Formats: sequence, structure tokens, C-alpha cells
Amino acid sequence: MTDAAERHPFLLTRLDSAITWAQKNSLWPFGSGLACCAIEMIATAAARYDISRFGMELFRASPRQADLFIVAGTVTNKMAPIIRRLWEQMADPKWVVAMGNCAVSGGPFPTYSVLQGVDKIIPVDVYIAGCPPTPQGLLHGLMILQKKIAGSHPTKEILHPDARRTD
Amino acid sequence: MAFQEIELNMGPQHPSTHGVLRLKLTVDNEVVRAVEPVLGYLHRGMEKLWESLTYPQIVPLTDRLDYLAAVSNNLGYVLAVEKLMGLEVPKRARYIRVILAELQRLASHLAWVGFMANDIGAMTVLLYSFEDREDILDVFETYCGGRLTVHGIRIGGVPFDMDAGVAGMIRRVLDGLPKRIADIENLLDDNRIWLHRTRGVGVISAADAMDYGLTGPPLRATGVPWDIRKEIPYSSYEDFSFDVPVLAGGDVYDRYLVRMREMRQSAQIIRQALDGLPEGEFQAKVPRILKIPPGEVFHTIEAPKGELGFYVRSNGTDKPERVKMKSPSFINLQCLERMCKGNLFSDVVGILGSLDIVLGEIDK
Amino acid sequence: MPEELTDRPDLLQVAEALRERFGDPVGAVAFEKGELAVRVRASELPAAVEFLKIVRGFNALNDMIGLDRHPAPGEGRKRFSILYQLYRFPGRLRVRLVIDIDEGEAVPSIVPLFKSAGWAEREIFDMFGIVFRGHPDLRRVYLPEEFTGHPLRKDFPLEG
Repeated sequence: MTDAAERHPFLLTRLDSAITWAQKNSLWPFGSGLACCAIEMIATAAARYDISRFGMELFRASPRQADLFIVAGTVTNKMAPIIRRLWEQMADPKWVVAMGNCAVSGGPFPTYSVLQGVDKIIPVDVYIAGCPPTPQGLLHGLMILQKKIAGSHPTKEILHPDARRTD
Repeated sequence: MAFQEIELNMGPQHPSTHGVLRLKLTVDNEVVRAVEPVLGYLHRGMEKLWESLTYPQIVPLTDRLDYLAAVSNNLGYVLAVEKLMGLEVPKRARYIRVILAELQRLASHLAWVGFMANDIGAMTVLLYSFEDREDILDVFETYCGGRLTVHGIRIGGVPFDMDAGVAGMIRRVLDGLPKRIADIENLLDDNRIWLHRTRGVGVISAADAMDYGLTGPPLRATGVPWDIRKEIPYSSYEDFSFDVPVLAGGDVYDRYLVRMREMRQSAQIIRQALDGLPEGEFQAKVPRILKIPPGEVFHTIEAPKGELGFYVRSNGTDKPERVKMKSPSFINLQCLERMCKGNLFSDVVGILGSLDIVLGEIDK
Repeated sequence: MPEELTDRPDLLQVAEALRERFGDPVGAVAFEKGELAVRVRASELPAAVEFLKIVRGFNALNDMIGLDRHPAPGEGRKRFSILYQLYRFPGRLRVRLVIDIDEGEAVPSIVPLFKSAGWAEREIFDMFGIVFRGHPDLRRVYLPEEFTGHPLRKDFPLEG
């Protein structure tokens, strides 16, 4: 049956669009609020900037129930193994947003205890710069993520599991 | 059947620990026997970093300490440096600093009440208080461009003058404030569930509080009327008349009430400062390359979280020899175990919320 | 701002009492920028703190600060200093006790006198490697247990 589907790529792309439409409009963030950026993340979820119009108001406390990992704040060397374990606990498909200069590249802290960027331990999809990024900045980054999701091909991952990201 | 004590781990990733705090709880059935906080998950090495930066370069980094009340940290550090320099700051700048600091206290307390109520289960309050806080952040954004990490106070004064536009915005915020505080109080003050979860919970006596070095609203809720703004006034606080709310219960409910009443007092101070804002310079003359002759100074202020102090030691160069920050949250957190012992496991979240800690300040 | 200790009779009294009580040399008494700093011997520290707390009513330990003078401590000076900021409430009195210690020298803990010293001493141990004798639970407070080195020492690089 999969061969038949592959002979009609049109069907797969329609299915792709449907799946990605559902995914990008109902991302459930796992708010890993580490430092100052967490406050701006919460402000984005509050009444004025209202992240729920993007379908993301359900911030899950458990990584098992979330599909978007927003790393908001400084990742220290002590916290790094925990961030990695939390990311591994999330089920596929999952996306990671590095919010704020500290998560992007260590921020203003080139010190002995700060990990210089969370992409050293987990793969990042969208980098949002700012210290902290304003809620508008975070929303812009999330919209870029939505665009990225819209351009992905979930059916290919289902049909060809080896192509799935496993790092 | 014999019950045994269980060790539970709370955090470092947890929605109610106000940051990356790890608590090792030992519980016997539902009663807490021991609490051991494990810190350092946000230790960024700030004090080491400050030794390699110039005095003005350190000011924006202090924003990241207590990130809910950035201006207070700026003020604490800048006042210590100015004391070390022996610099006299013009009166207009001092009044503007008071306005900014008290606005920041309002913003910090509004965020605190939202978080604490959310932790205990009253989620509505979070959305209301954050909306009110947004109006105050608008004022900061108009004044100096920053919402959260504001950098609104510089060595020698303030970065910008306070013009009629910003003053008007502040007055509008103050006009709407009593109703907003009343809204939150109506939801919580006499709420049966709130009272059940906060009255008589997490009690600490005044003697214990002084021994543990508790400062700020948790101390004033045990009956000790210690407020640095009245004790050792700084930045012209002696010009303003305001009360210091003090209650004697020492429990979570009294800590909540003290902060709510402090908000009203802050509004009063801001109004007095705006009405009495003197003419003059908003910045003193500070050399572009600031070198301070050797000396040391320890200065404290009343930040929203408690007594915030900075020890600054200079060595004649443009970089400090040592800067140490006395963190109120770090010291207040020490008595968490004392407050939680004997209470129910589900009260830990409420007690932690009432202490109003910020991990950026604890871990530096 | 008062320039001389004689302008502050309350602080002058404390300085005199410390000097009288702990003999000569109690060390230097310095009064700069309105702040009183008294240097005492490390072995006399608990007695000095107890005297200030019980007899003179200094009921609050504001902070403990560690200092590292490496690489140039100066003539006959020891490498580290620890500063104890004490405060009397009510009374608006603030005093700073200073002790000088060498590398490897242990300091008596003041946790029995002020519980707030518990974590403050752990922090100084973590950052400087100074051991506090008699501390109920001396371990690192910020850095992981397996971390080697003490970051706030002047010979520890910023990047680690």
C-alpha cells in the first residue's frame, strides 16, 4: 500500500499538509523556564500577548505530554544533563526553541559554569535572540517555527523511519 | 502496619519552584520531616565575571540577578559604588530613582501574587496580575526601552529625564491601581480555600526569623518592623511619608497581607515623588573611564524580596577588586526547612511561594 | 557623612569595647566612609561575635564576604580575609569584623551563634576553599560535588 501511495506523491503531500497544519496549530510547549526569559515566556502566555491564539496555551509541566521544548534561560553545566534527559523524555515529533541569548550561545556569561548554548546538548530548531526577547520576539520565533513545521514532511518519516532524526 | 519515611525529589524542573530549585523532601505519610534545598542549577559565576568588568559594565548584569525587580538590583549596586566614590547625586535623580524603584516593587509584588496564587490553585489571579504588571512594564519601556532587564539606573543618576509623558503614564497607572489591588484582594482575602491553605501554615517566630537572617516581608510578617527605607534611608526616602505594614502571625497568610499592603504604600510614595519632583540635573558628572581609589563599602537597600546588599571593594583601577552581593532570597530560603517541618507535603508549595524567592538572585 | 569615629559615639563605644575586651592588638580599627571595620584574630572570632551579639545586641548577621589577595597580599599579610557584617536592630548600628587567614588555615564556624551563617559559610567554602571548623554540614552549595577548584580564587580562570 505504501508503494501505491508513493506512486502518487500528490496524496502524500496533501496528507503532509493536513498533518503539519494540525501540528503547528496545536503545539504544546514544555516550558523549561530557567531564568529571566521564563518571565517573558509567561508574559507571552498571559492575557496581553496571548499565546493561546496560536494554540499553545497549554504549557505542560511534564515533558511526556509536550512537543515543543522552549529552553528559556541560562543552561548551566549543572543543569545540562537534566535538560538532556528532559529532551529525551519527550516523544517524537518534537521541536526545540532556544529562547534568549543564554540558550542560543551562553549570553553575557562566558564563565566556568555556563553552557555556551543549549545546542551543544540538544538539536535546536529555532534560535530567538534577545536578552530577554520581548513577547513579540518570542511570538515571531514561534511563527517561524510554524513555518518550518509547515515545510516538513511527516509522511516521509512515517514511511521511512530510518530518515527520522535520532540524535 | 509501620509507616516509613520516603524521600521525594521536587525539581529542578518543576512548575512551582519558581525557577530551577531542587528540594529533597523527606516525608512521613503526608507530613514533612525534612527539606533540603539543592542550589546551583542557575549559578552563572556572576561575582567572578564582575571582577573582569568595569564598574559601569556591571550595572546591566545586575538586572539578571533578581529578574523580577531589575531596577532594585541596579539601585543597590549603583548606590554602593557612589558611596565608594563619595559621589553626590542630584535631588531630581534621587526622586526619579525612588519612582522607578517603587514602580518596580509594584511590578514584583504583582508577579509574586500571581505566581503564588497560581501555585495554590487560584489561576485567575495570575492572569489579572500579569495584565496589571504589563501596564507598569509599558512605563518602563517608554522610559528607557527595557521591559524586564531594565538597566534604568546608571552610576551618577538615571539615564533619561522624566518628562511629562512618562509622568502622565505613571499617574494613569496609579489611578487604576487601587481597583486592581482590590480585585485581587476580593478574590483572595476572605476566600475560604485561601484561608485554609495559608492561615497557620509555615509559621516562624520573630526570634527564629532574626536568627536565620530573614529580611523583607517575611520578617515584617513576624512582627519585626525592619525596613531599610526607614532604618537607614537612601536616595531621599526620608522625604516621603509612608507606613511599613507589620503583622505578627508569621504565617503564609500574613506574608501575603504584608505584601498586598506594601503595594498600596508604594503607590503613595510614587505619587509624593511625582508631585514633589524638583528641577535640576538628572545625572551627576562621572568620568568616562571610572577609576575608584582603594576602599571598600557595604550598602544595603530594601528590595522587594528583602534586604539586598552590595559589598564593593576597589583597588584604584577601573575594575573592582571584589563585588559581593548579599542576596535576600538566598538567606530567606535557608529557613524553608524550619517553616515546612511538621506541615503537610502540599503546603510546601505555598510556603515556598510566600517566601518570594528568585533563583537568579539565589544562585548568582 | 561623618569623617571621624568620634562623630559617631555609638560606634566609637563598640570599637572601644572590642579593643578593651580582646586586648592588644585586637588589630586595626578602621573607620572609612561611615563604616566601622575591626580586625580580630581568627581564633578570637567566635568570642568577638558572641560579645557583639549577647553583650552589645548585634542581633543580625547581614553577610559574610570572602576576599582573596593573591598574588600580592602585601607585607606580612595573609592570603584570604573573611568579613562579617553585623547589624543591630533596632539601633541602626553596623559593624564589620575582619579576620585574615592563610591558605589551608581553618576558621571556627559561627553557626551556633547565627543560623544564617550556615549557608554563607558553605558559599565561602565553595568559592574559596576555606574550611570552617565545627560547621554541621560543610559542602559545596552552588557547584556540583565533583567540581574541582574554587572559582573566586584569583588564580582560577573565568572560563574554568
